Amino acid sequence: MLIPCPHCGTRPVEEFTFLGDAAPTRPTTNDPSSMEAWYEYVYLRNNPRGTIDEYAHHSGGCRAWLVVQRNTETHEVYGAVTARAFASRKEAVAKGEQA
Amino acid sequence: MRYNVFSLIKNTLSGHKNWEPAWRQPEPKKEYDIVIAGGGGHGLATAYYLAKEHGLRNIAVLEKGWLGSGNIGRNTTIIRSNYMLPGNNPFYEWSMKLWENLEQDFNFNAMVSQRGVLNLCHTDAQRDAFARRGNAMRIDGVDAELLDREAVREMYPFFDYDNARFPIKGGLLQRRGGTVRHDAVAWGFARGADSRGVDIIQHCEVKGINVENGKVAGVDTNKGFIKCKKLGLATAGNSSETAKMAGMRLPMESHVLQAFVSEGLKPYIDGVVTFGAGHFYVSQSDKGGLVFGGDIDGYNSYARRGNLPMVEHVIEAGVAMIPSLARVRVLRSWGGIMDMSMDGSPIIDKTHIQGLYLNAGWCYGGFKATPASGWCFAYTIARDEPHKLNAAYRLDRFRTGHMIDEKGQGATPNLH
Repeated sequence: MLIPCPHCGTRPVEEFTFLGDAAPTRPTTNDPSSMEAWYEYVYLRNNPRGTIDEYAHHSGGCRAWLVVQRNTETHEVYGAVTARAFASRKEAVAKGEQA
Repeated sequence: MRYNVFSLIKNTLSGHKNWEPAWRQPEPKKEYDIVIAGGGGHGLATAYYLAKEHGLRNIAVLEKGWLGSGNIGRNTTIIRSNYMLPGNNPFYEWSMKLWENLEQDFNFNAMVSQRGVLNLCHTDAQRDAFARRGNAMRIDGVDAELLDREAVREMYPFFDYDNARFPIKGGLLQRRGGTVRHDAVAWGFARGADSRGVDIIQHCEVKGINVENGKVAGVDTNKGFIKCKKLGLATAGNSSETAKMAGMRLPMESHVLQAFVSEGLKPYIDGVVTFGAGHFYVSQSDKGGLVFGGDIDGYNSYARRGNLPMVEHVIEAGVAMIPSLARVRVLRSWGGIMDMSMDGSPIIDKTHIQGLYLNAGWCYGGFKATPASGWCFAYTIARDEPHKLNAAYRLDRFRTGHMIDEKGQGATPNLH
């Protein structure tokens, strides 16, 4: 797999460390009533067969956290953005849903 | 027909033309009492023990590929029961006891070979941890021996004892551990289940799960709708996909694990040995090939094939342990999809849906567990309650905080 790092260009997969699915959103409160949301965030995964957005740390390169979009069935890589860009996009989508 | 020396002689004299097929190829009936989704080792073992231990007959095993096409035919064939935590050890030791009598039990030669599993240690701290694990094993009645460096050297003189970074300091040996011919496990359980009336239906993929009023009603398959009272999911790497059909999200991710076999060599490594400073385990098959493996690739995957960096990583670890491996040629590598759970331990449990049972989360330790997994899952399905051996493998343990985390890695499936 070759990953298009937004900072370093196309780099081989062994330079990256994966953290897993980027879909779960960390709850913003420690309130005991949010325990179910915490449980889902920490433990439950969609584990998709197909497209996944996955956290990857470019540990052997620029050391930036990225989100790589990839197909879990074919290993085709569709693209990569910085984790910051991914988070802003996710936040915008969440706000759009609320509005 | 039972396999024995007389049937062998009889069939030899008739030129081996009259052997019966080991199992039937039935078309699915419209309705079963119990349907098992997944005709791998665990699914077949479950059907076998449902029939044998619980006297149930109206059972079908649905397999989307051919029998034994999944991880039961892709693993590195190792059996052992050298765990530490309560909840794990009694279960895996029960599996070992079932392995010890399996061939007589299902009348099939599975080539169970208790050749010993040796874990190498490379630091004083690791030796202390091994002593602790060995003691935990012995408390649970499992055999464990802590070997010093010289005792290991006597067994395997050709290891790199003075490796600058990872000198070998000793090892933890379980003599009762070993290897089993993996395909024969699938075939033996299939034959045993089939002869007790279980329908094993190959090329039959579960496409949907029908739940009515909180109760399982049947499954949609590519061979039509099959009604059932109870449904057991034993779909390994595809567990999240099958659970989705019942509206469930599971605490697991699917990852690819690669395994390798070398060219055939003369007898070289007579047991199973694991490297303690990286992830590498090796044994030699009866054909002479070195069978070995390492870590999962580390990213979510359903691809059944891995990438080259992990091939390099595994072989580097192997050569660090056994320098002479550098001259051995690798014949093949392949991949299987692991159901990596959030604490590295499996789930054998009921679900919130009546009649739906889950067997999943085996990470890459499922093969050794095959008999006990089938045995416990059969008990759980037949009695509608877990046996005490699988009572800790609850689905809700992540919510209640009762994880069984041997490695202490936390909720990081790619590190277990």
